[in-house]
Amino acid sequence: MTRFSPARIFLYAISALVLVYLILPVLIIVPISFSSARFLTFPPPSFSLRWYQQYFTNPVWMQATQVTLTVAALTVLIATPCGVAAAYAISQSKLRIMRLIHMALLLPLVVPVIITAVGIFFVYAKVGLVATMPGLVLANVMLGLPYVVISVLAGLQSFDPAQEMVARSLGMNRLRSFFAVTLPQIKASVVAGGIFAFISAMDETIVALFISGGRYQPLTKRMFTALRDEIDPTIASISTLMTAASFLLVLLATTRQKRKAG
Amino acid sequence: MLALVSPALLVILALIVLPVGWLAWQSIYHDGFTLENYRRVFTEDIYWRSFALTFEISLAVTAIALLLGYPVAYLANSLPKGWSILILSLVVLPFWTSVLVRAYAWLALLQRTGVINQFLRYLDVISEPLALVHNTFGTVVATVHILLPFMVLPLYAAMQKIPGDLMQAGASLGASPSLTFCRVFLPLSLPGVLAGSTMVFVLCLGFYITPELLGGGRTVMVSMLVSRNVELYNQFGAASAVAVVLLLSVLAIFFVVSRFVALDRVLGQK
Repeated sequence: MTRFSPARIFLYAISALVLVYLILPVLIIVPISFSSARFLTFPPPSFSLRWYQQYFTNPVWMQATQVTLTVAALTVLIATPCGVAAAYAISQSKLRIMRLIHMALLLPLVVPVIITAVGIFFVYAKVGLVATMPGLVLANVMLGLPYVVISVLAGLQSFDPAQEMVARSLGMNRLRSFFAVTLPQIKASVVAGGIFAFISAMDETIVALFISGGRYQPLTKRMFTALRDEIDPTIASISTLMTAASFLLVLLATTRQKRKAG
Repeated sequence: MLALVSPALLVILALIVLPVGWLAWQSIYHDGFTLENYRRVFTEDIYWRSFALTFEISLAVTAIALLLGYPVAYLANSLPKGWSILILSLVVLPFWTSVLVRAYAWLALLQRTGVINQFLRYLDVISEPLALVHNTFGTVVATVHILLPFMVLPLYAAMQKIPGDLMQAGASLGASPSLTFCRVFLPLSLPGVLAGSTMVFVLCLGFYITPELLGGGRTVMVSMLVSRNVELYNQFGAASAVAVVLLLSVLAIFFVVSRFVALDRVLGQK
């Protein structure tokens, strides 16, 4: 194929357009967040930090941010060990039922979130977990588990279980050999899984819409309600901050994985 | 070993298996066994229209995502490694942006006083702002944006597996590039097409935030039917029946497609 046949040029052009379509909306919120205008005008008449100030001085937004960060941190602390233990068991065990369990752990990715959300709402209503912090954290642990399991399973694939056998033959018990031999080698994928669980909890909206309330409303729920009513540029500044946070975290997760591979 | 999986399994059982089971139970039991909820879902006009609209939108979104995603995956596959990593990073970048943030961005771009309308008026192309959002159009544009990575990544993965020699063989036997593409490359990339299309279609069936924020209340997708029945009308039985029908459709599609391509690989990518 010649390098610049008409077909090739067409391919480049359409791909470039698609990439612009993908990237532009993510970038457009940045200038809007620094705009001085009360309403959306583009290009912004002048730059200002008023929407960031609005966000950082508003007690409602601040409380929501605090809820989000707390939920995300607790989610990671619970989902990571549970997910690592499960992934380890799945990779080591030859039991038939493990395949089924593996599939069950991926259910949160398969079931449409709206269904999960409504179902959890009904169950929580029965046991009094609606609008509580533990309820919110538990739901996010469930949603974050698949990311940990997938990431750690991938890490375990490149790990030779014989090493652990050696450690055990030298007198370590199973638990010690796991922490001394296995964990250090799969650390990168454990950290990556934890980071993905954090991002998932930070971004989660639909379940929060149904089960959170009162003081325990995460940022995403407040944003959703605000977006339904009016487009407030404060949301642009929150969005910019959230996007920057996710990108930094993804970068952290992937570079760690790569360092391990290299 | 079972002790190690039990914490995770317990969370899954308590927070997804039990809730979904509860929904299913609630859809058929209300002071006794009843199929009334399902009768309503299958006979009443609003439900039918919403299911039809959801399938139409999902089909349209899948088709558009395939048309847009295929060339990008093809280009990424045909370029040297550095370039393909760059292209794929650009594809994955929005993937890690909150769905809510992207809904906001599309509102900012598409609304009457949005960036696109202001730009077009500045250029004097239009005199009245176009209705780009709070309708099905806005929903589709934003939904394709969110789901496109789910199309490109499986396509790229499938294309990577196609040996380059086959294309050269085609060319050496005298086929034109377009003929080699149609007869060799395209058929070999079909598993990727199937995997990507399934992911996009199924995810779209359950979409909630985007149609809720960009559909303007007129584009009532099935997920919104579920939430409205719960939040506004307290019709828990009806909401549950709709949820069960939606879930069964999703599982049926996954089941059928998984007989042809390995979907668990694709699922791992969010």
